[in-house]
Formats: sequence, structure tokens, C-alpha cells
Amino acid sequence: MKKTLLTTVMGAVAALGVSAGASSAATLDDVKDKGFIQCGVSQGLPGFSNQDSDGNWSGLDVDLCKGVAAAVFGDATAVKFTPLSAKERFTALQSGEIDILSRNTTWTASRDTQLGLNFAGVNYYDGQGFMVRSELGVNSALELSGASICTNTGTTTELNVADYFAANNMQYELVAFEKADEVVAAYDAGRCDVYTTDASGLYAQRLKLTDPAAHTVLPEIISKEPLGPVVRQGDDQWFNIVRWTHIATLNAEEFGITSANVGEMMGSDNPGIKRLLGGEFGEAMGIPNDWAAQIIKSVGNYAEMFDRNVGPDTPLGIARGVNALWTDGGLQYGPPVR
Amino acid sequence: MASDVAATQQTSEEPQVALLNRPEVRSMLFQGLLTLAIIYLIYSGITNMFDALDRAGIASGFAFLNSSAGFAISQSLIEYSQSTSTYFDVYVVGVLNTLIVAAIGIVLATILGFVIGVARLSDNWIIGKLSKIYVEIFRNIPLLLHIFIWYFGVLRLLPHPRDSADFGFMGLLNNRGYFAPKPIWGDGSFMIFIAFLIGIVAAFMIGSWAKKRQMATGQQFPTFWAGLGAIIGLPLLVFLVLGAPLTWDIPVAGGFRPSGGMTMIPEFIALLLALTTYTAAFIAEIVRAGILAVNKGQTEAAHALGLRQNKTLNLVIIPQAMRIIIPPLTSQYLNLTKNSSLAVAIAYPDLTSVFAGTALNQQGQAVEFISITMLTYLTISLVTSMFMNWYNARMALVER
Amino acid sequence: MSDNNISYVRTEMLEEQPAPLSEKGPVAWVKNNLFSSVPNTIMTLIGLWILYKIIPPFISFVFLESVWTGADRAVCATEAQGGVQGNDWFGGCWAYVGAYMKQFIYGRYPDAELWRVNLTGILFFGSLIPLLIPSAPYKSANIIFTVVIFPVIAIVLLTGGHLEFNGFLLPDSIMAPSTAKFAVDFVILSLIIAGIAALIARGSDKNPMPSVMGALFFMGAVAVIFIVLGVNFGLEHVETPIWGGLLVTLVIAVTGIAAALPLGILLALGRRSNMMFVRLFSVIFIEFWRGVPLITVLFMSSVMLPLFLPEGVEFDKLLRALIGVALFSAAYMAEVVRGGLQALPKGQFEGAMALGLNWGQMMRLIILPQALKLVIPGIVNTFIGLFKDTTLVLIIGLFDFLGTIQLSYSDPTWSSPVQNITGYAFAAFIYFLFCYFMSRYSTFMEDKLNTGHR
Repeated sequence: MKKTLLTTVMGAVAALGVSAGASSAATLDDVKDKGFIQCGVSQGLPGFSNQDSDGNWSGLDVDLCKGVAAAVFGDATAVKFTPLSAKERFTALQSGEIDILSRNTTWTASRDTQLGLNFAGVNYYDGQGFMVRSELGVNSALELSGASICTNTGTTTELNVADYFAANNMQYELVAFEKADEVVAAYDAGRCDVYTTDASGLYAQRLKLTDPAAHTVLPEIISKEPLGPVVRQGDDQWFNIVRWTHIATLNAEEFGITSANVGEMMGSDNPGIKRLLGGEFGEAMGIPNDWAAQIIKSVGNYAEMFDRNVGPDTPLGIARGVNALWTDGGLQYGPPVR
Repeated sequence: MASDVAATQQTSEEPQVALLNRPEVRSMLFQGLLTLAIIYLIYSGITNMFDALDRAGIASGFAFLNSSAGFAISQSLIEYSQSTSTYFDVYVVGVLNTLIVAAIGIVLATILGFVIGVARLSDNWIIGKLSKIYVEIFRNIPLLLHIFIWYFGVLRLLPHPRDSADFGFMGLLNNRGYFAPKPIWGDGSFMIFIAFLIGIVAAFMIGSWAKKRQMATGQQFPTFWAGLGAIIGLPLLVFLVLGAPLTWDIPVAGGFRPSGGMTMIPEFIALLLALTTYTAAFIAEIVRAGILAVNKGQTEAAHALGLRQNKTLNLVIIPQAMRIIIPPLTSQYLNLTKNSSLAVAIAYPDLTSVFAGTALNQQGQAVEFISITMLTYLTISLVTSMFMNWYNARMALVER
Repeated sequence: MSDNNISYVRTEMLEEQPAPLSEKGPVAWVKNNLFSSVPNTIMTLIGLWILYKIIPPFISFVFLESVWTGADRAVCATEAQGGVQGNDWFGGCWAYVGAYMKQFIYGRYPDAELWRVNLTGILFFGSLIPLLIPSAPYKSANIIFTVVIFPVIAIVLLTGGHLEFNGFLLPDSIMAPSTAKFAVDFVILSLIIAGIAALIARGSDKNPMPSVMGALFFMGAVAVIFIVLGVNFGLEHVETPIWGGLLVTLVIAVTGIAAALPLGILLALGRRSNMMFVRLFSVIFIEFWRGVPLITVLFMSSVMLPLFLPEGVEFDKLLRALIGVALFSAAYMAEVVRGGLQALPKGQFEGAMALGLNWGQMMRLIILPQALKLVIPGIVNTFIGLFKDTTLVLIIGLFDFLGTIQLSYSDPTWSSPVQNITGYAFAAFIYFLFCYFMSRYSTFMEDKLNTGHR
């Protein structure tokens, strides 16, 4: 490991910040040393990663990090959250500031191949949609020619809009803001006719508008937005832990294991459940063997996470749709634990 | 005497000065260490960076400038298309957008600043106090807050495009921006432009001829009006001779946004207003200080010579005040240009917002994007301050 | 003189008459100042019109129509918007500001720990205000407290202290990173510094003992600071991401200026140095930072700086922004200080040299005390500029005062059409208060310092 004099000086100066821990390729060792996981999340997207007034984080993306913490430490609270803008998120991961990026990030070829990152799975299948004021009387995205469109910079949404409007031979004006809150403010102020982002984001941000009921999400979904956790490239052990944390929640749902019944399920005769809750796979990943049980105990299975954060009974009111298990015709398919 | 001293020194031994007490040795040692330290800092920073880039597998280099950008920009002075334009085009669009808002802002802020600065010295109590209040309020509130108030505060009050405020020939105003009529020049219009250039040259010639004549004969010539006549009258004449080859494309309200005309997007208007009103407060103070710094005796002497109030101002006070005003004015112009980067907060597509913002976010090569952006601002700053130094040197007092 | 008894000469003085009404009193004042001529009258009318356009709506929004109490958005929305106000109501929603006041000041700093922020604030203003009053006693003790002791107390109070130091000098292979290693490293470093001091003293034919003792004493003082920072006072650790509001604004502005002042002095001295390289580096440094906008500096510190650091060294976001702000304002500070150095007459330098003072003594005892006193107004103005510029950190996602206000807009509990404008008005008011009083102080010092020269 290379350590220069600069490190030493900086290390002394960095007293205020995070201490200069010894980090190397093995994120797991690093995480175990410091005793918690540093998780990059969004600056506030209800349902995915949002902070209440007491500073507690909640959401689907947040639960994933908590799940990883439960798998590694058996303690879902051993995780700290770093709110990141779209611009900062990849640098933060590349530079080692965070261990997992779980920030509704779309899995694309360029990000997977050029930025030194790996996507560990898809915890939410999303697609880009449009929201308009109901009073406009627009029923389809194809009626939006000439509209002004507000969105975030640094996201795939900007490029998708460009493709969609070019393909349908429509004109538009794009107003792209650095921060999500500014997009909402500008749209709310009437700067734009249309607000576009991932459909889940539209439902979430609609809650922040002055009069949420006066806005409609159009039926068109114009892109594929597989959102998932991201880790640094070249650390397969850590990659596996994050990937299998997600898969464990899927398998748990399939087997009917919930946070409530995980205790009694430990004694189940079903060989699949036995392998998941008591197999030897934890050891292979460098974590305790009861990893899956700990995950389910603390954050629940995928269905519980979904219903708690974004499901029909939450203010967001999103249906499972393509995020249903494969057995129910959805896309969430957990590879077998064997 | 001096040679005596030299002689005694030569005969006696070299004075015993410890090595480190010799100024030249100290200086060399210190500079050497400093240089080494700085080189080391830069070196280790750069190697760390390449380490990090390698480790993370991030691409580096400037090849991205030629790849297609693929996103739309809401205001562009050059031909820009989301499907074919490259990141380099994005850069050019950004620089031009920065320059246009800075240039217009500088002109407007100077005018407003001079008006308020002079008004602060007005004999009229209300006007004087109002100007003072303006200055205190505008310069003591952060610029970013000005921008937010203009953009998010005022934007809310503007009407939807369907019920735009219609100023007839002056265009439309709504929350999509200000839509002005667009001039469409007919055949032969370039002649008007040429006439305009000739007018400017003629105005200069009239000016120098009038000056010579005044020096020789003492007679004055209405240079200003003659010059104005040449610059405006000549093109107007050509315009009429050509049969007024100009039509206007007047914007019509309808649909999502008015069609036709020229658009000023709200981000541009908000940024321009914020920059202008904020910087004008500082310029007003500079102007006031400059005028106050001119000795009162100058005014009295000019009056004693029989110059009228406006002649006193034009020929005696302002030329002297300008010498004091120009250097701080330069730094205000630079500040305004740099402050235009706050555009990023309200999505006006300037250099910072569109290049160090959107393009960087899409492409991810932080080091390259930020370096180019900083160097561009540095160049703009240095060029502006060089120009203003040259102008300042021209205006400076030529003493005997 | 001659005989005064001439009948046509008055022998006694006339009684003083009041000035004619047309020359004195409110009517005359109005006439002279407002309606002395036709253009003047027109200007007055324009002024009155502007006042008429501004003042009544302002008073109505801020006082007459405004809402001071309430639990949620209903009190600040019209009936059409689902509230209780009449449909043409337009007033400030101060109830919302009141409900959010705690967040605007402290961000999400935990409730139970707020006393720490308050105590820091009291200590800060308590030590700063006497420092700013020229006639207050115990100046040097005051300076030492403000510059050395207060920052340490502030770090411990705000973050919770108990910082970990892992060592910095020896390779990890010799000794595993720990507090003990830090102590060993620190002792080694102290010895090295003392050794260098001895060498320098030897090289200049002086007795090395005082230099060595001086170096060791200094390092001892530094060690005390590290110990205080490292001791566990049982305070809960509060991470910087949950700081916010006015707290962050003040932390950035004050730390920025505190770091910029010494750095700026060094740069200003460097720029006036005879040594070519020193001058060159100073000029490049100063002109570079003055030539780029602060927002690009902040972008640099948030997305580029992490890449320049060695693997394993991380700064948190606030600290990165602080570094950017400090370097940026150091360049401006350097120019202010340079102005002070240039304003000193050459005789001061020559006099100091004639007394046989070396460069350090000359600067410390003669030049800087005078130059810095001269530029106090300039320093305050730089601070005002920095204070206003701290708002830019919201663009990189830190929640300063303005950032917290903007954040509150996304809370549906209070969202109403007037929320936005109320929040901005409140922000403008607070920033104005701070900046206005600082600029008053700057003017006051300027007048005070000027008297000596007139």
C-alpha cells in the first residue's frame, strides 16, 4: 500500500473529517474495521431514500444498505448515509468515500464499463414517465410537442427525452436543473408544462408540489430504468455480498419468509429455506452464516420492503407491476441459493 | 572616502559571517526548499489522481470532446442539435451564453450604477435617500438569493402562455419567457450594415476634425449630434432607399408556447436582472466615491470659468472621476462575469451549468471538465483585466 | 474713535428675528430639498411614486396581512387552495418560519445536543465582540483565546471531540495504526523539528539551546491541543452531514476567514518578496484563485479533490468545501493585506532595518501590526463577501442557511403559494442584518483609523 508524506500531512489535517483509515481492495475488511457501512443515497426522494425531521433515513434504497449491514454485522443500524447529488455520486464511490451507492441509479452500459463500477443487481425496475398539470387536458405524451420539460441534469432522463422526442418528430424545450428540489420548484412555479424523471420519482416528487392532486402522470413509459446498488469494480467479495443481499430478500418472499416468521422458519423442513437461512454460503462470502436470516429479521423480504416504502398503502401508492416476483408475472427473479 | 573603506576591507580578513546568515544563501536555500515542496505536492497530487483513475478504470484524456452529446440545450447562439453536436459544441454554446449574459449585464449594470451613483449625490432628498436604500439593500443580500427571488419568486407571478401578457408589437410575456418580434431582413440588407460601419468611421473623422478646428479657431462644432447623425442617419437613409426591406415575425400566443419571434428564456432574464441590480449597487458606490474624490475646487473653478453645470460635469468632473472609478470598476466587471456562473442554480445554460454541469454529469470525467472550465474563466478574467489596464493607462493622468 | 452721537446711527442692536418662514422650518426644507426647481420637482414626484408602489404592499405583506400562528398550511392558503384565508389574500406566512426556526438555525443537529451549539455561539460572540471594540481591555489575552483556545473548544463542542489519531509518520508495517503510534510519531516529529531548529541556529552562529527549547515548547502546546481533541468528554459524536442552517453558514464563513487570514498574509508577503520563485508562486496562486468563480472551486473540491488524495484519505464534504473556500478567500485576503503593506511609508521598513531587526522581527514587530490595522476595514469587507458567498455551498448539496430554507419548501405540511416568497424574504432579512452591521462596523473602523492621517 502506497503512503506518501502527503497522506501523513493530510491525515493530520483530516482530523475533522473521516479518519484516514487503511483502505485497500478488500472493502469488507475495511468495513469490518470501521464497524459500519458508508452508504451513498439521494438527497431526498420519498420512498427510496428520504430523511425525516429527526434525521432517520428510510426508503427502498436505504433498506438495501441496512440489509447489507445486517448481513455483515447482524446489526441493521451499523450503516451511515451520505446524501449525494447526481453529479457527486460516482466520484464518491470511486474515491472510496462510500462503500455502496444505493441511489436510484440506472444500470447502463457506459456506467458499467467506463466508470470503474459494477451494478450488483436491480432492486427496482423503473421507466421514465411524464407528469403534467391535469388542467392541460393532455392524455398522452404524444400530445406534448412544443412543451417545456423540466428535469435533472446528469441523469439518463435527459438523453431519453431527446431520443423520444426525436423519434416522434416533436419539438420541445429542455430546462435541466442541478438539484431535484429546484426541478420541483420550477415545475411548481409553472416554468414547465412537463416534469420528467423515473416514474417512481414522479410519484415521489408529486408529494412535494403545492397541490399534488392537480397533476397527472401520463401512461407512457419511454425508457428502461433498472435501478440498483453499485459497488467499485474489482472487489468481487463485496460485490457478492451486496448482490446476494438483494437476492436473499427475493428468495425470502418466494418462500414466504417474513420478518415476523423468520424465527419459526429457521426450523422449517423445506430444503430451500434451510439452505437460505442456515447454509454455508455466508462463510464463503466472509460473513456470518446467518446472514440471510439477519437481513430478513431486520428489513424483511422484498415484498415487505416494497409495501413499507412505495407500495399502494404509502403516500406514493405505486403498484408492484413489473417489480412483482417472476412467479406473479414480474421481473424480480432471485437465482436459487444452492 | 569610499575607496578608503574598500581598501581597509581588502586588507582585513573577510568578515566572519555564518553561512546561513548570508542573505543570498538563505534566499537560495529557502526558494529551493519551497520549489521542491511545491513540485512534490503537485507530483503526488497528479500521481494520486492517475492511481485513482487507473484503479477505478475511469477513462482519461480529451477524446470525449468529439463524441456526440445527445442532450438538448434551451438557449444556443450557434447551430446546436442534440443528435449531431459534440461536447465541444456544448462547450462553445456554454462559453457564448456566459459571454452574452455577462456583456449585456455589464452594459446594463454600468448604466444603472452610474444613474444611482449620481442620484445618491442628488440635492433632492427623496432621490438621494432612495438611492442609498437601494445600495444598502442590494449589496447586503447574497447574489444567489437575488437570483432565486427573481427566478422562483417572480416566475410564479407571470401568467401561463395561454393568457400571456400581450404588449402588441412589443411582444409577449409569460412564464416561458419574453417573446419579442424577430426582424427578418430582406435582400440587400447587408448594405445597411455597411452604411452603419461607414457611419461609425465618419463619426470618428468628424470628431477629430472638430477637435482640430476647435484647437485652431476656438469654434465649437456639435460633434455629438453630427456623429449620431452619421451613425444612425446613414443606415436609415440606405434602409429607406432600399425600400425598407424589413418585416417582423411577431410571436402569436397559442399551444404550449407562443410561436414565432425571438425568445428570451426566463432563466436568462432572471440571471440578467439579478446580476444587473446586484452589481449596479456596487458600481453606484464606486461612482459616488469617484465623484466625491474630485476636489470641490474643480467644480468651483469650472463655474468661475463660466462653464455651465452639464459642461462642468462633462469636461471637468467626469474625466477626473473616471481615473478613480476605472480600476474598481474593472474588478466589478470581472466579478459580474464570474458571478454569471451562478446560472447553474437556475439552469441557465452557461459554461458552468451546461459544461461543468450537464456534460460532466453525462460523461463523468471530472478532472478534464473542471480544468477546462476553470481555465476558460481564467482566460476571460485575464483578457478583461488586460484590456481594462490598457484603457486605464490611456485614461491616466499624463504628468509633465 | 469719532463721536458716535449721530442721530441717524442706531445706538442699540436690533433684537434677533427668527428666520423668515420661507427659509426655515419644514416648509422651507421641503421647498429647498424637494421642489427647488422643475426637474427637482419631477424627480421628487418620481421618488414619491416609487415609495407609493413599494411601501404599502410591503407593509401589507409583512405586517397587516401576515399570519403569525398556525399549525399547518391551512392558515397560509386561500379557500381555493384549501386554506382558511380569503381568496385575494396575500401575506407573509411567519407561522411557517416559526415552525421551521430550529431547522433554519441548527439544521438537524440533535435536540438534546443543541446546548453545545448555543454554548459555542455564546463563546464565539463573547470573545469576538470585545475583540472588535477598540477600547476593550485585555486585547492580547482576548486574541489568544479567540484564535487558539476557542477553535479547539468549538471543534470539541460541535463534533463531540474524541477524534481518533492513527499516526502519520512511521510505516504501518513497523507499528499498527493506533493512538499510541500517533503519540510515538508525534514525539519523533517534535525531535526532528527541534533538530532542524538546532541546525539552523548552529548555521547562523547562535546558541542552539533557545531555538530547541522554543521548538519543543511549541510542539508541547500543539500536543496539548491534540490531547484535548482526542480525549473523550462523553459528548455524543455529531456528524457534519446533519449540521445545517445558520450554524453551517457561520462555520464556513468564520473558518474560511480564519484560515484565509494567515495564508493571505503569507501570500501578500510572498508577493512583495525579493525572492523570484517565492514571488512567482504567490502571484500565480493569487491570480489563479481570483480568476475563477467560487462555484467552480466548489465543484472542484466536491468532484475533483477526492481523486487527488491518496487512497484511504477521505475528507467529509463540509471539510472539502471549507478547504475550497479558504484557498479562494486567501487570495482575496492577500490582495487586501498587500494594500496595507503598500500603504506603509518606506521609512518604516528602512527604520526597522536600521535598528538591526531581521526580516521576521521587522515584519512581526513593525510592519504587520501597522499594515493589518490599516486593512481592518478591508478584512471586514472580505468577510462580508465571504459570508454572502457561503450561500453557494447549497449548489454542491450542503445545507447552509439558504439551503435549509430551500429544503423546507419540499415539506407538504407548509406548502402554499406564499411559502416560497416568505422564506426568501426571511432569508433576505437575516443576511441583510448580518451584512449591514458588519459593513457599519467596517465604516466605523475606517473613520476611526482615518483620524490619524487628517
